[in-house]
Amino acid sequence: MLKRNPKETRKMPLQTYLDFEKPIAELEDQIHELTRLSGETMDLKAEIRHLEKKAEKMREDIFSNLTRWQTVQVARHINRPFTLDYIRLIFTDFVELHGDRKFADDPAIVAGLARLDGEPVMVIGHQKGRDTKEKVYRNFGMPNPEGYRKALRLMEMAERFNLPIITFVDTPGAFPGIGAEERGQAEAIARNLMEMSVLRVPIVVVVTGEGGSGGALAIAVGDRILMLQHSIYSVISPEGCAAILWSDGTKGETAAEALKPTARDLKELQVIDEIVPEPPGGAHRDHEAAARNVHEAIARNLRELKEIPVEKLLDGRYDKFRQMARFSG
Amino acid sequence: MGWFNRGKAPIGRNGEKKIRFPEGLWTKCRSCNATIYTKEVEKNLNVCPKCDHHFRLAAGERLNLILDKGSFTEFDRDMQSVDFLEFNDSKSYRDRIRAAVEKGNGKEAVICGEGTINGTPVQIAVFDFGFMGGSMGSVVGEKITRLIERAGERRTPALIFSSSGGARMQESIISLMQMAKTSAALARLREQGLPYISVLTDPTTGGVTASFAMLGDIIMAEPKALIGFAGPRVIEQTIRQKLPEGFQRAEYLLEHGMIDLIVPRRDMRSKLSQIVNMLYRQTPAGAGKSRRG
Repeated sequence: MLKRNPKETRKMPLQTYLDFEKPIAELEDQIHELTRLSGETMDLKAEIRHLEKKAEKMREDIFSNLTRWQTVQVARHINRPFTLDYIRLIFTDFVELHGDRKFADDPAIVAGLARLDGEPVMVIGHQKGRDTKEKVYRNFGMPNPEGYRKALRLMEMAERFNLPIITFVDTPGAFPGIGAEERGQAEAIARNLMEMSVLRVPIVVVVTGEGGSGGALAIAVGDRILMLQHSIYSVISPEGCAAILWSDGTKGETAAEALKPTARDLKELQVIDEIVPEPPGGAHRDHEAAARNVHEAIARNLRELKEIPVEKLLDGRYDKFRQMARFSG
Repeated sequence: MGWFNRGKAPIGRNGEKKIRFPEGLWTKCRSCNATIYTKEVEKNLNVCPKCDHHFRLAAGERLNLILDKGSFTEFDRDMQSVDFLEFNDSKSYRDRIRAAVEKGNGKEAVICGEGTINGTPVQIAVFDFGFMGGSMGSVVGEKITRLIERAGERRTPALIFSSSGGARMQESIISLMQMAKTSAALARLREQGLPYISVLTDPTTGGVTASFAMLGDIIMAEPKALIGFAGPRVIEQTIRQKLPEGFQRAEYLLEHGMIDLIVPRRDMRSKLSQIVNMLYRQTPAGAGKSRRG
């Protein structure tokens, strides 16, 4: 059974287009208009097919040559599938579990039991909101310490019941607020990093949107790190980086080029294992197709990981992060 | 031409009539504004003799203060950062590294080695905030990880004095990954049953706080040290209000249960010795996977 938070709405805001998507938008408008006309008066099927082909080609062209800054915008697209969308499209029997048993439940992280192709797993992810009310409820996907502690509680439970863990990463970062500091934001993140490195079950991490610094990493220590084609993952947001380096938060574009935060960059740096392809025009255009690709990648990686004896799995996980460094001497 | 011509240089401006302190002879305390004879401050371990304010301490002085005389051996001294992303802001990362090295205090933001405290061997790391704000890139992460691994191999306690602005932006994602790497090394040290003591000094923020610095079996801090995840300016911008007095200071963290104790600099060595000797056994102490903290 599929359980959804009643506060969640499935309706999407009106299709929004990024600047560089405008030519696609224009074509799509034309197609839409022709389709409408063809119903009323004449037969325009040939013309429509022609335009659809053209639109498809345009989507492919534009999205295979995104600049880093454009990728940042796609990664944050308001219509991009969020964790609960992936959960709905990939898993069955999702039962959301709440609370850190210490202070509160944090809606910026969702977690629970679910089945992947029939097998029970623990699934955890950052959750953003789509409309204003939901955005505020989810704190824009920025967790407080409780979110990380809930995630850890459930990951440790998964370990006890020998369930694989799948995490979805999509956050601008951990929340920088007074309460978060008071209740130990840094400690919560640090503890997750330490504990995840020794959890005795396979962990597959999927960066779906924004991988924002320590707030992302806190649920992203695993055996396989996958990234959606147009997602980003970085030590600091381009805007934050620009604010520090140039005292000018509007220079995000320059900072994005310097930080090299795209999936392709991270694959080259050997930080991630695999890039999950998105449908033409981006995951935000076709949730089902995006979810199918993610589903396939998770299932395949999990099958491989389940074959590895646990001690070897843990050594592999340690070595994976151990070798991440560039230095001389 | 004005109505009144100045015949003489103005008094006390360009003239040498105003008393000038020779450079560095006097130190002004940031906290109580007292002007103190620098030698007196140094003799007092860089602590203000009037108000007990703890000035930042250079890494070398810290080692002298904590370890038995002549017991220190440095490791990984020549390890240096490389500009693998060709990161350019107003200066290239390459030039920033060079400028930091030229200050002459070392080749990176942390000094790691082995020494003894009252005869007990320890692996010790001390951050140098003067080196690019003590930020953690590949070299810092690697040196800290090696130190933790060495503590496991040689069966000694590990001791880290942090002082850092966080992860080093110029190494982007690789610097973020140092957080995971160092924390994973600590998980192994825990399984080996060896104590790790983290000492937080002013300031410790960002990725260093959110990894090994907050994972000590014992977490100590120097008085009034700034400790946090996000920097105060970022928080102020986010919540658009003034931060409470004393926010993110060591005393505030102690009150909120985030650290074990605050130790003034003059007592640091003896307190460390006392604690280490109670926790440390050279043979495994039936540790297993006891949760750290």
